[in-house]
Amino acid sequence: MAEIRLESLHKRFGRVVAVRDVSLEIREGEFVVLLGPSGCGKTTVLRLIAGLETPDRGRVWIGGRDVTRLPPGRRDLGMVFQSYALFPHMRVFDNVAFGLRMRGVGAAEQRRRVQEVAELLQIADLLDRYPAQLSGGQRQRVAVARALVVRPQVLLMDEPLSNLDALLRLHMRAELKRLHREVGSTTVYVTHDQVEAMSLGDRVAVLREGQVVQFDTPTQIYDHPADRFVGSFLGNPPMNFFQATVDPEDGSLRVEGVKFPAPAAYAEALAERRGGSVLVGIRPEHVSVGAGPLRGEVLVVEPLGAQKLLTVRTAHHVVKVAVGPDRALRGGDPVALGLPEAHLRLMDAHTERALPRR
Amino acid sequence: MDEHRPRVLAAATPYLLVLPAAAYLAVFVVYPMAQAIRLGAADPHTGGWTLEHVRRMASDLYFWPAVRYTLWITALAVPLQVVLALSMALLVNTRFPGHTVFLYVCAIPLAVSDLAAGLIWLSLFTERGYLNAALVQWGVLRSPFNFLSHEHPAWLVGAIVTTEVWRATAIVMVVLVAGLQLLPRDYAETAAVFGASWWQTLRHVLLPLLRPSLQTALIIRTVLAFQLFATVVTLSGRLVPVLAGETYFWYTLYRNPHVASAYATLVLLLSALFVWGYLRTLRPEGEGT
Amino acid sequence: MTLRKLGLYAAALLLSAWVLVPILLIALAATTPREDLYRWPRPLWPERLSLEVLSSFARQEAVLRALGNSLAVAGLTIVLATLVSAPAGYALSRYRFRGREAVQLGILATKMFPATALAVPLAVAFIRWGLYDTLFGVALVHTALSLPFVILIVASVFRGVPAELEEAAMSLGASRVGAFLRVTLPMALPGLAAAAIFTFILSWNEVFAATLLTVNHRTLPALLVHSVVAEGAPLHYRYAGGLFLVLPALVIIFVIRRYLLTLWGVTVR
Repeated sequence: MAEIRLESLHKRFGRVVAVRDVSLEIREGEFVVLLGPSGCGKTTVLRLIAGLETPDRGRVWIGGRDVTRLPPGRRDLGMVFQSYALFPHMRVFDNVAFGLRMRGVGAAEQRRRVQEVAELLQIADLLDRYPAQLSGGQRQRVAVARALVVRPQVLLMDEPLSNLDALLRLHMRAELKRLHREVGSTTVYVTHDQVEAMSLGDRVAVLREGQVVQFDTPTQIYDHPADRFVGSFLGNPPMNFFQATVDPEDGSLRVEGVKFPAPAAYAEALAERRGGSVLVGIRPEHVSVGAGPLRGEVLVVEPLGAQKLLTVRTAHHVVKVAVGPDRALRGGDPVALGLPEAHLRLMDAHTERALPRR
Repeated sequence: MDEHRPRVLAAATPYLLVLPAAAYLAVFVVYPMAQAIRLGAADPHTGGWTLEHVRRMASDLYFWPAVRYTLWITALAVPLQVVLALSMALLVNTRFPGHTVFLYVCAIPLAVSDLAAGLIWLSLFTERGYLNAALVQWGVLRSPFNFLSHEHPAWLVGAIVTTEVWRATAIVMVVLVAGLQLLPRDYAETAAVFGASWWQTLRHVLLPLLRPSLQTALIIRTVLAFQLFATVVTLSGRLVPVLAGETYFWYTLYRNPHVASAYATLVLLLSALFVWGYLRTLRPEGEGT
Repeated sequence: MTLRKLGLYAAALLLSAWVLVPILLIALAATTPREDLYRWPRPLWPERLSLEVLSSFARQEAVLRALGNSLAVAGLTIVLATLVSAPAGYALSRYRFRGREAVQLGILATKMFPATALAVPLAVAFIRWGLYDTLFGVALVHTALSLPFVILIVASVFRGVPAELEEAAMSLGASRVGAFLRVTLPMALPGLAAAAIFTFILSWNEVFAATLLTVNHRTLPALLVHSVVAEGAPLHYRYAGGLFLVLPALVIIFVIRRYLLTLWGVTVR
């Protein structure tokens, strides 16, 4: 177990800057998810930690050791690749034992430890097979076993579930969570799937264009996104955003001509912006339906089982609203929407960054 | 300082790996090419530049026929190879049962050298060969006809072209089959849905899509045709002179490396001309894909 | 539908015959007794076959020596070409580096430049370097001629082994070289063997350079050209020589028939 410290990492490929001034401190035993759209640099950060890339600037520390210039094999880590990268010419046993062999572990000890980790991952009866004879889920387990068998200080995973079908992915997600509880190694996990990130991560680092936009617990990121991008990237459907003006006299908000009381937490931030404009964000499940000052018309109703998803058009916006499954609304119905004060998240109209709360 | 060393090494790795090959090609390809030009244009005694060897080459009895025959044979053989190879490739592409065997059979000449091909077809074209035997037996001819005589240069060229087509169609076919395999099957199927006939599909869909492969094949064959040697020598001796053949005769028969080099340089220039044309015509399209 | 199928098979048969019949005929010619070969009118199908011509051809000392020379040159070429091309092919398949395009262009250019242009100056240089009329000298030239092709084949072979496998090995503690030796090499071995066979065929079939570069140490093609052109060898000798050249190539190409399209396809891309 070890903590990981990234100090202002930079990496460019030709003219493309893949990673821009990334600093992160990952605690011992923590499960951290790097989340972002494709091309945001999350995989490059992972490869920099692994030593498969060398940074142009910055340092990587693992367990208090500066490993920036060490080759991957000497960083004491295990890695699970997106394609699993099982060696096709070796049996499962030899795949799993590979890291032990590289470390010069004796044959008897190899067998013992492979057996142990095989039981942990329930692949003990597959050890004599070749990777080609395994299903996708089994390959996944072997890849994880191969990374874990060396008891690495750090476990790195690059979109490990993306090649599995939906049902298996759900299952393996829970499995990985159990595994982390049992093994407890510091884990860095890369994904573009926000649900995975929320369910697995102790903390989530949201990346965009090579930079860390927000690094916090999943709940905090969901409730208080650092900017508009995070608000729309996390959550399905994404956060709704309204253009609003700040009343020059009392500092209240005006959305589509309707006056809303401003949340008290933002009073200070709004005081500077009187007469200006802000961005008002609210999660679909927090928009109240039936009573409220905003007038709109239901465009589409999507029954999703546990809830109903409404697409509502107001004077200037299209709003996604999640309501209970027994709300009887149909396309074309007029509705009134309310924006409860406690759930409003205000952002700067230009930078789109969250306004400070008190 | 210390911090930078491993990175420099990592950045240098690909160059170190390419270095042996580059050095090898420099010594055994680039150097001799420069040397060919020098030998062909330098005075052996004074070392100065001279057009003497080139003049000797150009005034030789065999020179213009060699140029003419080389170009003629190329111009005749290459289109035939492309048409034949295209039929083979299209047949393979229909995936009829047995198409793998057919592909293998058509690919056999890949492993046959120009010398062996010449000897093989010699057994057909020679005066007492299989062709005459068949023609006489079937009553087409009364007595054997000498296809390979200086009295019938057209027949000689015909025999050489046939042999070249037989041998080199295979490589063109490989290019085209590979090209066809890259095309998604949907294109042809879409065309069929819109009611295009087989011929229309070929003409308006497949051939335009195959254009890059066709061009590659055309140019490779054209450049390689300048090296025509063993086929011609085995079938005609020096009755049909060609550029590569003259290089050989000047070097081994007349022991004159200078005129031989002048010939070699000519082959080099012709090839370079075509390589240049190749890069010019294919580059813009290559960038598009 | 059935008519179309019939046409398809007829065309396939016709084209197959076009390729196969000449090979059958040279085999027939080489196994026809000498007297029958020169008799006229000549029967289309010989009354008897015999190995007399072939065996007398193969028993000639010059032929035996040339055969040995051909094999030695091909063997040397395989070793040299593999040693030089493997690193370059690996670099092209694994690294993106400045000048990569230039290297590829250079390969493309060199494979266009014929033995015809290289053989004469090399012969002159080899006399100076003491390599003229040696098997090693011929192998050096054959390596140069095959190198561009073999580099492309080797690069595509290595490209077939995902880089992630090497990275996985490295993340598990292997060094870069170790990862190559333990993971990439074993997986690339069949492809590399095919590349070696390709090299063999190239060397075995090469006529021009071998002819110009040797006097006493001729390879089989060089010997045949010499005896046909300079000595006017009789027909039966030529037929036997032709069959001798074709047979190994046929066997080999049958062995690697599954790789045929890939091998040659890569070299002409």
